[in-house]
Amino acid sequence: MTEFIQLLISGLATGSIYALAAIGFTLLWQASQTINFAQGEFVMLPAFFVLAGMHFLGLGFGPAILLALVASLLILGLTFKRVIIDPLLPHGVLPVVIATIALGILMKESVKQFYSAEAQPFPALFSERTITVLGAVVSVQDIAVLLISLSAVGLLQFFLTGTKTGRCMQATAQNPAVAEILGVNVKRMILYTFLINAALALLASVLISPIYLAKFNNGETLGLIAFIAAIVGGFNQIRGAIAGGLLIGVIDNLAAAYVSAQYRSAIPLILLIIIILIRPQGLLGKAEGRTV
Amino acid sequence: MNARANFLAILAAVAVLAVLPSSLSTYSVYVLCSWMVFSIAAMGLNLTLGFAGQVSLAQAAFMGIGAYTTALMTMAGIPWPLAMIAAAVECFLIGLVLGYPALRVQHHFLAFVTLAFNALVFLVLRNEEWLTGGTYGVVGIPRPSVLGFSTNQQTGFYYVVFGFFLVLSAVLYGILRSPWGRAFQALRENPIRANSLGVDIRRMTLLAFAIGSAYGGIAGGLLGQLVQFIDPNSFTLTISLKVLLMVIVGGAGYFFGPYLGALLVILMPEFLRFTEGYYLMLYALLVIVLMISCPKGLLGIVDRIKLSIKLRQNPSATAWEQGK
Repeated sequence: MTEFIQLLISGLATGSIYALAAIGFTLLWQASQTINFAQGEFVMLPAFFVLAGMHFLGLGFGPAILLALVASLLILGLTFKRVIIDPLLPHGVLPVVIATIALGILMKESVKQFYSAEAQPFPALFSERTITVLGAVVSVQDIAVLLISLSAVGLLQFFLTGTKTGRCMQATAQNPAVAEILGVNVKRMILYTFLINAALALLASVLISPIYLAKFNNGETLGLIAFIAAIVGGFNQIRGAIAGGLLIGVIDNLAAAYVSAQYRSAIPLILLIIIILIRPQGLLGKAEGRTV
Repeated sequence: MNARANFLAILAAVAVLAVLPSSLSTYSVYVLCSWMVFSIAAMGLNLTLGFAGQVSLAQAAFMGIGAYTTALMTMAGIPWPLAMIAAAVECFLIGLVLGYPALRVQHHFLAFVTLAFNALVFLVLRNEEWLTGGTYGVVGIPRPSVLGFSTNQQTGFYYVVFGFFLVLSAVLYGILRSPWGRAFQALRENPIRANSLGVDIRRMTLLAFAIGSAYGGIAGGLLGQLVQFIDPNSFTLTISLKVLLMVIVGGAGYFFGPYLGALLVILMPEFLRFTEGYYLMLYALLVIVLMISCPKGLLGIVDRIKLSIKLRQNPSATAWEQGK
């Protein structure tokens, strides 16, 4: 039982990071029908911005994170949208899929060539102490990660439902044409979505890198998991992405311990296939009308 | 007249391909073989994607299933034509089983299901050592012998691949020309209208996907015999994306798109080899630039040029084509 609690909590912690990536994924899809196949690399890269800031510019950890935030917003948000997505969107989903796949390769290879091919240690945000809760040994880091990502999600939810800009963004996601007629600056709202995705990617990157080390090919698994989490939870719902992320994190941890380490990564995939068979709109999603 | 010119061009290309190996090094013949093998896989995906409009991200998984099936069967002493047929049928059936539930729902669910399927196939190939040899793969796959002639020489095997390449191209052409193939195209252009004209969308798409998968299986079987070694890493999601890239770069929905795309994707590493570590970065950059400058692929550019020439000659008559 204590082992179960330990697995559950560390699963929730990694799951909450997956949720951050999955939310970004969902937001991009809602706002602009962009399926970002480079999402995993988006989470991999900001950690290297931080490392570069610390090692090449001699910045402290805090300022380096700020620098990484600016770099993420500019590169993963603004440039990504302007240079790749904007010209391609009118041509449908496929060119975007191919271009983002290529972008992922480009980001991965650039880090490998220009930074390092080896896994890099990343400074932990919190002490690696453990505390004992109900007989289970729980690391402070896991709890902190869980709290930070959940509060980030809470903030985002508040922004989307509680502020005018947020509601305009939702209107844009639901029906851009009507939103435009009602005076929403649709283009700006879509840009905000890309910036939020970049910021979420940075947060996920800073949280996950101390756990898994920063490595150029981290994006491969991360991207797939974010993808699965988004679909399992419900591709068109933010809370779906949260549920999906947490669920995959926990299931992954439990499967590794109780089922088979070899087929550990198969469990989320099988879950994905089952969900698509039984409930294609995802656990919390709403069925979408047919679009042609 | 145009059709006749096309026909002659194709004949000339086939003739060149038929005599080419005698003047090339063994390695170049190998590269040509791998171009044809990947063209077959890409042709199959083009049927699914370009004509039926569904994204499949599992072409490498089908290639893997085909490769392992053919390899294990021939190594167990079963004649290779039977093994190839078994590989094709197996992939066709798996395609049906996989596609049926995914195609109940519209949108890009086939993409999601096939993505997961490809990752699952990789895990099974890696973990079930008793059957697949795990990470060590299968070594020493025999080359087929045709009418008693061994094809252990690269040139001999080239003609086997060439034969498959021609026959499968002709079959695909036949499929696309049949009323049945025209239904595919109707489906891609306007699914709702096709449906109202009595085309059973789901059944047609499912069949296209299953046939495309069978092409993948055959390509895989040939790939195993070409390289004479297979391991799980030859059939990862990355390879599926590579086949997808071939189709898109060449021009999805164009009959000759996959050939051109496969040629480019196979040859590019050879040309960019001098850049060493920067090769993949350049490659990715080129793909992005190509997508941005011409989202319809290379044959899309050709179409655009043709259209603008036509328009210059006769502005009014073909103005409607601009809308296409």
